Amino acid sequence: MSYAIEMRNIRKEFPGIVANDDVTLQVKEGEIHALFGENGAGKSTLMNVLFGLYQPDAGEIYVKGQKVNISDPNDANRLGIGMVHQHFMLIDNFTVAENIILGSEPTRGMALDMDKAVKIVRDLSDRYGLDVDPLKKVEDITIGMQQRVEILKILYRGSNILIFDEPTAVLTPIEIKELIEIMKRLVKEGKSIILITHKLKEIFEACDRCTVIRLGKVIGTVDISDTNPSKLADMMVGRKVNIPVNDSPYAPKEKVLEIKDLTVLDSRKVPAVRKLDLEVHGGEILGIAGVDGNGQTELIEAIAGLRKVHEGQILLNGEDITRLKTRKIIEAGLGYIPEDRHKHGLVLDFTVGENMVLQTYYKKPFAHAGVLQNKVISKKAKQLIKEFDVRTPGEKTLARSLSGGNQQKVVIAREVDRSPKLLIAAQPTRGLDIGAIEFIHNKLLEEKKKGKAVLLVSFELDEILHLSDRIAVIYEGRIIDIVNPKETNENQLGLLMAGRKEAGRQA
Amino acid sequence: MSKLLTSGKYFHILVPLISVVLGLMVGAIIMLAAGYNPILAYQSIVESVFLQPYYTGETIRAMIPLVLAGLSVAFAFRTGLFNIGVEGQLLAGWFVSVATAIFFGHLPKVVLLPLSILAGGIAGGVWGIIPGFLKARFKVHEVISTIMMNYIALYTTNYLIKHYLYTQGERTPNIPDNASLASPMLANLTQGSRLHWGFIVAIIAGLLMWFILWKTTRGYELRAVGFSPGASRYAGINVERNIVLSMAFSGMFAGLAGTMEGLGTYQYMMINASFIGIGFNGIAVALLGLNTVVGVFLSGALFSALQTGGLTMQSDAGVPVDLINIVIALIIFFVGSSYVIKWVLNRLAKRGEKN
Repeated sequence: MSYAIEMRNIRKEFPGIVANDDVTLQVKEGEIHALFGENGAGKSTLMNVLFGLYQPDAGEIYVKGQKVNISDPNDANRLGIGMVHQHFMLIDNFTVAENIILGSEPTRGMALDMDKAVKIVRDLSDRYGLDVDPLKKVEDITIGMQQRVEILKILYRGSNILIFDEPTAVLTPIEIKELIEIMKRLVKEGKSIILITHKLKEIFEACDRCTVIRLGKVIGTVDISDTNPSKLADMMVGRKVNIPVNDSPYAPKEKVLEIKDLTVLDSRKVPAVRKLDLEVHGGEILGIAGVDGNGQTELIEAIAGLRKVHEGQILLNGEDITRLKTRKIIEAGLGYIPEDRHKHGLVLDFTVGENMVLQTYYKKPFAHAGVLQNKVISKKAKQLIKEFDVRTPGEKTLARSLSGGNQQKVVIAREVDRSPKLLIAAQPTRGLDIGAIEFIHNKLLEEKKKGKAVLLVSFELDEILHLSDRIAVIYEGRIIDIVNPKETNENQLGLLMAGRKEAGRQA
Repeated sequence: MSKLLTSGKYFHILVPLISVVLGLMVGAIIMLAAGYNPILAYQSIVESVFLQPYYTGETIRAMIPLVLAGLSVAFAFRTGLFNIGVEGQLLAGWFVSVATAIFFGHLPKVVLLPLSILAGGIAGGVWGIIPGFLKARFKVHEVISTIMMNYIALYTTNYLIKHYLYTQGERTPNIPDNASLASPMLANLTQGSRLHWGFIVAIIAGLLMWFILWKTTRGYELRAVGFSPGASRYAGINVERNIVLSMAFSGMFAGLAGTMEGLGTYQYMMINASFIGIGFNGIAVALLGLNTVVGVFLSGALFSALQTGGLTMQSDAGVPVDLINIVIALIIFFVGSSYVIKWVLNRLAKRGEKN
């Protein structure tokens, strides 16, 4: 039997590293095949070879049994290979239909036949159940919908082999569910799918088979029905993975964070947080569960002094910080792992060392009379790099050149080392692989054991359930319920997150 | 070799070097096409700048304001701001330093000279603070506001000279010797050039910029804000204050550039029909110098040498001085299109790997 795609013994080298070493990938027709591995394992390189963006140094590619030479993405398109990129390539102020036909527009004579375009898009959308309105502008539709436009784009070009590059990284839990259904429908219609991911859950929900890559080499290809998540995780990381759980006793201490009657406005001056009350104690991890956009961001920004408090009061260790500037709040004992580490967590063009002192550079011993003590900063950075196992050539390396997991380690090293009384962790493991997640979860649990208060905001229910001592569910800017993770489940949380408190109580 | 080309540090330096070479080469082609001898032209520039003390002196003299203007642009750029207003800040500094020197002419030199320099620097700084504040407070883009401030400076200084400090020849009276940077010794040494003590001010300014940016907590903040306002804000750094401060420092360097012209080169300020151009050339100097202190001094030297030597090129080689302005423009063009140069270098490096 011939495979939809067969990549044999692919080798691709970059200066200094072998990104793909003798990699063989066989994708059957009509299956969803996962390409699973840590960040930097070589998944993207392999797919870029398939898509014609890179030329392999060795190896062969077969499409439906035919040996092919793919020298650029146009070749790939002709062979029916399409890619849904992680970062969408859409023009915001074009309509959905305009985006989809761009590059191969239907014409009538010399003129663009927009009616035909709209009809084609509508037919495609109906056929695969994508529910996309071709006349809406891209800037007016949700991220999940934009992704479907990307899918339509490659379907429109007649692709039979669809590559999804980490498609769920930007989606909410509900959107992820919908995407998996769409993928299953596509396969039923005869398409083959390669799903690049490092999330175990998706693999078990969506895929038929899985090829695991580690450090550029194939570790193995397995049938999903023959394996289980912990086996697969071990394969990926190359050692036994212990998914950390919150098993230290729950012994809350003094109130560290106290929020009373808090109202915060969003950028459009509409209340995003409405009369919210919340307490976080020392020695506990309080998880905030909720669908994105229910006021989580505004709540955290208000605590950190980055957004004005409209009404209400925030106390940190009994001190009123409601109107204080960010620096004063940090000095009063706030640690903050921001959601967007590239934009808010790190100065990417600063060295690792400079990033390690982003809140303390002006204090002794890092500065004397306004002059930086670079030797002391270097020493501190080296110590933290060692302590937190940051994989970097040195403290003088730019933060930009580190992998995502190591960048996050820099942020966490910096925040934890300051020994803050309250640590806010917003989506701390977003986009990271299992190895890094394990490390970060352990660090958060350590903070709890040290008696610190940890406020964890995450859209990953697993993460919330694993780590929290109490779960506060946020809905439309209010905490609608606080539940014990040991007495709840994903269903109940899901209902609460949708604002259905009564249903949630009974579930 | 290919490794050397593409690996980090050297790669950066290569782009401006290649731009200079390309600029000179294309300039030579244009000279050829116009029927002039480019070898003779470049030869006369090199000979005059390096062998004739007068032109050496004039080159260094021209470097002083150009380097200060370059530092001004580079400083702002390091903190993420594009200061197009160097020209205006320079004029403000020039005028205020000259006015200070004239009004307080009775003071002894040890007081008056530093006072006049300081006043010029502060005036440039104030002229920079205004767009800085507009940006920090009202999010007015600094490119727009600094361009506007240039015109305000040009016409305001003209007005003030005309109405309060006017003397024959469309200019202010000369400053008293008590406030002058001119030096008969330096002039003698260079066979009567206008070389003055301002080069010391330029060197101090260079050291100051390096020290502030890389050695102080203030510089750390400025650079952090320049690279990532978001991360700076989250770390508790006052982004708005740093924008204003950055423009203040940048404006101060520009003001000093004007001060050097007023107290050094000319000893007065003239009414300007249009912009004098040093501020705009400062952008090119900073660009070619990769916004580093050493780079700004080197590229400032190059541009000054070309401009000063260009004069002898006309008399010795018979090549019109305009052609040297074309060469300068070409160099700036190639630096600006450094993307193309980088692309070519990368291609070359890749080809090298394959072979």
